[in-house]
Amino acid sequence: MSTHELKTGPLEYRTQEGQMSILGFWIFLGAEVVLFSTLFATYAVLFGRTADAPVPADLFEPGITLVMTFLLLTSSFTCGLAIHQMRAGSLKGLITWLVITLGLGLGFLGFEIYEFIHYAHEGATLQSSSFWSAFFVLAGTHGVHVTLGIGWAVLLIIQLVKRGLTPVTSRKVFVISLYWHFLDVIWIFIFTSVYLIGMVV
Amino acid sequence: MSKNTKHVPVQHIIGFLLSIVLTLLAVWAALGSNLPVAWIIIAIMALAIIQAGIQLFMFMHMTESSSGGGHVPWNMMFHGFVLAAIIVAGSLFTMSFGFHHDHGSHTDHQEESSHQHD
Repeated sequence: MSTHELKTGPLEYRTQEGQMSILGFWIFLGAEVVLFSTLFATYAVLFGRTADAPVPADLFEPGITLVMTFLLLTSSFTCGLAIHQMRAGSLKGLITWLVITLGLGLGFLGFEIYEFIHYAHEGATLQSSSFWSAFFVLAGTHGVHVTLGIGWAVLLIIQLVKRGLTPVTSRKVFVISLYWHFLDVIWIFIFTSVYLIGMVV
Repeated sequence: MSKNTKHVPVQHIIGFLLSIVLTLLAVWAALGSNLPVAWIIIAIMALAIIQAGIQLFMFMHMTESSSGGGHVPWNMMFHGFVLAAIIVAGSLFTMSFGFHHDHGSHTDHQEESSHQHD
């Protein structure tokens, strides 16, 4: 590789390109914070405007949302363990924990799809009221992010199998770990301000 | 800061356990306690912010020394969070503050209250 490559420290930070890619991804995450804040603001403003559709307190269930939360929290944890394995130089450990992370992410997605279909059957759809529009756009945007993250990680696992741990692949894995933890941050706020407050108010 | 030279990722395990405890605490505060609604909302939002901090600092390597602080653009992230707070608080302040939209009670709110129910 290049002559500027460092000999110590985490693999993904050893090249200038790796450092700049990670910096750039943080800037992207800053923009994502603002994107989601507009959706949260819309949801908060339209809260309670359910028109003739069911009210959230009748549809939100503590059980399923708690299961979804724990699935995503655990997947964030296993993603952290994957990076820990990567830093320890274990390709096998990294791929194992990444696959577990993806499994948990798929589980989360499955529950979310089931939940949306259930709401639609109860008469709460994207078109039924401004409240439910805001809800589905907010939760749906998060769900789309999870879906994209899963596809992205699958492609990365293929690269890891083919190329092994290099400064480039480890940088890519580190960036997706940041993305995955960030999705958990967003979900914490959806869980709290949408589901918990929706069940209380 | 970073524990990655150790065999066991202590920081991650602590962060994971803390986030589970905080989630259960928020659920209890919302559904199990008899606090006034305003206090519940303040309490669970505070718990959510603490949990977000756990993710950012304990999972996302924001402050590790071995990679030079994780190359986090602090000013950009701070800017992002400030904008998020302004957008959410500002929208609520301008659009919802002091306005009650109970479906049952139609007090004479001029003609605009009928539009708000759409």
